[in-house]
Amino acid sequence: MAKNIGRALFKFFDERFLLSDLGAFAKKKTVPEHKHSFWYFFGGISLFLVGLQIATGILLLLHYIPSIDGAHESIQVIMSQVKFGWLIRSVHSWSANIFIGILFVHMFSTFFLKAYRKPRELTWMTGFLLLVLFMAFGFSGYLLPWNELSYFATRVGTDIAGSLPLVGGWLKEVILGGPDVSQATLSRFFWFHVAVLPVVALAVIGIHILLVQILGMSKPLGVRETKEISFFPDFIYKDALGWTLILVGIGVVCVFLPWEVGTKADPLAPTPLGIKPEWYFTFMFTTLKLIPAHVLFIEGEQLVILGFLAGGLFWFLVPFLDRRAAREKRSPAFTWVGLFVAAYIVVLTVITYTVPGL
Amino acid sequence: MKTSTFASLLVLGLLGLPSVASAQGNSCLDCHKGLDGELQAPAVAFAQDVHGQFGLSCRDCHGGNPASDDVDKAKDKTFKGAPKRERIPEFCGGCHADAAKMRGFNPALRVDQLDQYWTSRHGQRLKAGDTKVAVCTDCHGAHGIQTSKLPKSMTFPWNIPQTCGRCHADKALMASYNLPAGQLEDYKASVHARALFEKKDLSAPVCNDCHGNHGAYPPEAGSVGGVCRQCHPSAGELFAKSPHKKAFAEIEAGECEACHGNHKVEAPTNALIGTAEGSACVQCHEEGSKGLAAAAGLRKLLEAFESRTSSAEGSLDAADRKGVEVSEARFKLQDVHTILVSAKNLTHGLDVAEIRKTIEEGEKALAEVDRAGQKALAEARFRRQGLVMATIFLALLAVALALKVRRLKVKRASI
Repeated sequence: MAKNIGRALFKFFDERFLLSDLGAFAKKKTVPEHKHSFWYFFGGISLFLVGLQIATGILLLLHYIPSIDGAHESIQVIMSQVKFGWLIRSVHSWSANIFIGILFVHMFSTFFLKAYRKPRELTWMTGFLLLVLFMAFGFSGYLLPWNELSYFATRVGTDIAGSLPLVGGWLKEVILGGPDVSQATLSRFFWFHVAVLPVVALAVIGIHILLVQILGMSKPLGVRETKEISFFPDFIYKDALGWTLILVGIGVVCVFLPWEVGTKADPLAPTPLGIKPEWYFTFMFTTLKLIPAHVLFIEGEQLVILGFLAGGLFWFLVPFLDRRAAREKRSPAFTWVGLFVAAYIVVLTVITYTVPGL
Repeated sequence: MKTSTFASLLVLGLLGLPSVASAQGNSCLDCHKGLDGELQAPAVAFAQDVHGQFGLSCRDCHGGNPASDDVDKAKDKTFKGAPKRERIPEFCGGCHADAAKMRGFNPALRVDQLDQYWTSRHGQRLKAGDTKVAVCTDCHGAHGIQTSKLPKSMTFPWNIPQTCGRCHADKALMASYNLPAGQLEDYKASVHARALFEKKDLSAPVCNDCHGNHGAYPPEAGSVGGVCRQCHPSAGELFAKSPHKKAFAEIEAGECEACHGNHKVEAPTNALIGTAEGSACVQCHEEGSKGLAAAAGLRKLLEAFESRTSSAEGSLDAADRKGVEVSEARFKLQDVHTILVSAKNLTHGLDVAEIRKTIEEGEKALAEVDRAGQKALAEARFRRQGLVMATIFLALLAVALALKVRRLKVKRASI
């Protein structure tokens, strides 16, 4: 009886959503299996963490109040009164940070395996765009608890945007919704975090996944193995194994180190010493702190911002710049550039937290 | 030399208006700046002087003609140099005791300092011919006088103990008056000094808050309580109703001072009450007396409540360390602390029934905090147990997935 109902339901949906065709595609689809296959899983883990972010974010919306008089208090209520609120918020915050870390790993592994080469230029570019979008998610979400650290970090961050040549002042005002971090800023960040970014990010994720499905996964340069495994169920099972392990890790950190609420932001208080943005912005932040006030004829801060913008553009366009990889030839120069960028990010991030006064 | 600014005020009083010499150049400053040591110091210090900021110049106190570059002409017949030490209070008072003159500079400034000074021990001794006692310049400086609102001023709250200590911590000087010289050291060890220097609480009392400033005089035993009540009115009120009031008066003991000391007032603890050595009660009450038994009972009552408060606080700390959010319970704990302070304050009134009633009220609030602490600890345990169960489940799932992946691999190899 139950079997018949199941069959009928499947038939109903199959006629409307072409489930059989999708199943056939999944069964037919294969993934290359070689000594570097491990790095493929970071894409799947990223997707899993996006799901986790959406689910926990939607639940947080039930209790979060986006006003400067209610934001901090509502987070306190979520952490202390709402059933499993501490878990939902801690998972949201921890997994957001882990997610950015995983995205970096995914991006660098893709870079070093030269997976961006023809015909996957757009896969790389949408991936890079997703990293930027999720960093924007992080920046906008950081302010929402309206605590001292997030308030002043946002102030510092928007001051940096304000120092951009020509458009800086205008840009800062647009981001803040006024001259300083205020209710208008919180409203804008909330709107950006829960409405604009999710829509844009989901669209770009859709394109990114579609491109991965259409073009398949890239085989690294020089790999001669021709072995392939089916996407479903072999690859999916492996992916699920990765998801399970990451979930255990998130559970452990959430129980032992729940994300803290912090002290409510006081706009009249002096900026606390050693204020820092989130860890994934610190390599840029510390560069700004270390650069001299003037370099030749240009202000140091402006030089750094322009440098990072140019660097970002180079990184975005790398599939078109690495002509040797496009011709299936080794491109050590780009590997060295990638190693330099990765080392720079790691070293600057580490010294931000280890060198006193930074 | 130190007193010359005060001379300028006298001249200002005579002239009624600040000198316009500064606008024409000031040969006094020009010349003295080029000299060394004591002769140079006044010219350098005057740049920071509040009188200079109001447009007064050397001539306003010392007379002379600063417009002339010739020393002899500058020191003309109006020149009068520095006043003698015993003349300084009258000298400064020439302006500072004259409301009409002061109105032109700072109408809000009091003009009774000179009158007050003559009522002070310093003033009385000066009148009697003792020129070693403090005069205006000893506490305010001479040429670098700053308003007491500026942190570098000698009369800014956190500089006052040091200013008074310049004389009162000088053992040789104080010995000549047969006075102790340990007040500064005692004050530095007091709860008041900690509030001032560590918490930067400018409302914490310094020397002049208890002794007065221009009218400084040691408070007599009978008036000590009145001095302390300026900041501790509730304790004073309670004390006034207590049986101690009459008893202290009979033995001429300083009300607050008898138990808390004077310059070295320490943070009051339960050790101050009771029968043990170090308690204030044993100073007067004999062993086995009714008063000492009541003191022992009071201490027991307070200690028990304090201990239960610490225990509840410990539960909150433990839960906090385990990651459970307890800020609301901590907020409630503040109420308990307030009640505890209130109960301790009530000991000034010696009304045991009232203290007991307050502690009973505190117990109710404490029970809430304790419940919240225990609940938070239970929540911490629940989270850990939940994690263990979820981890076991996920680990089993991971093992199952790993086995499945392996089986699929073997299956693929066999094809």
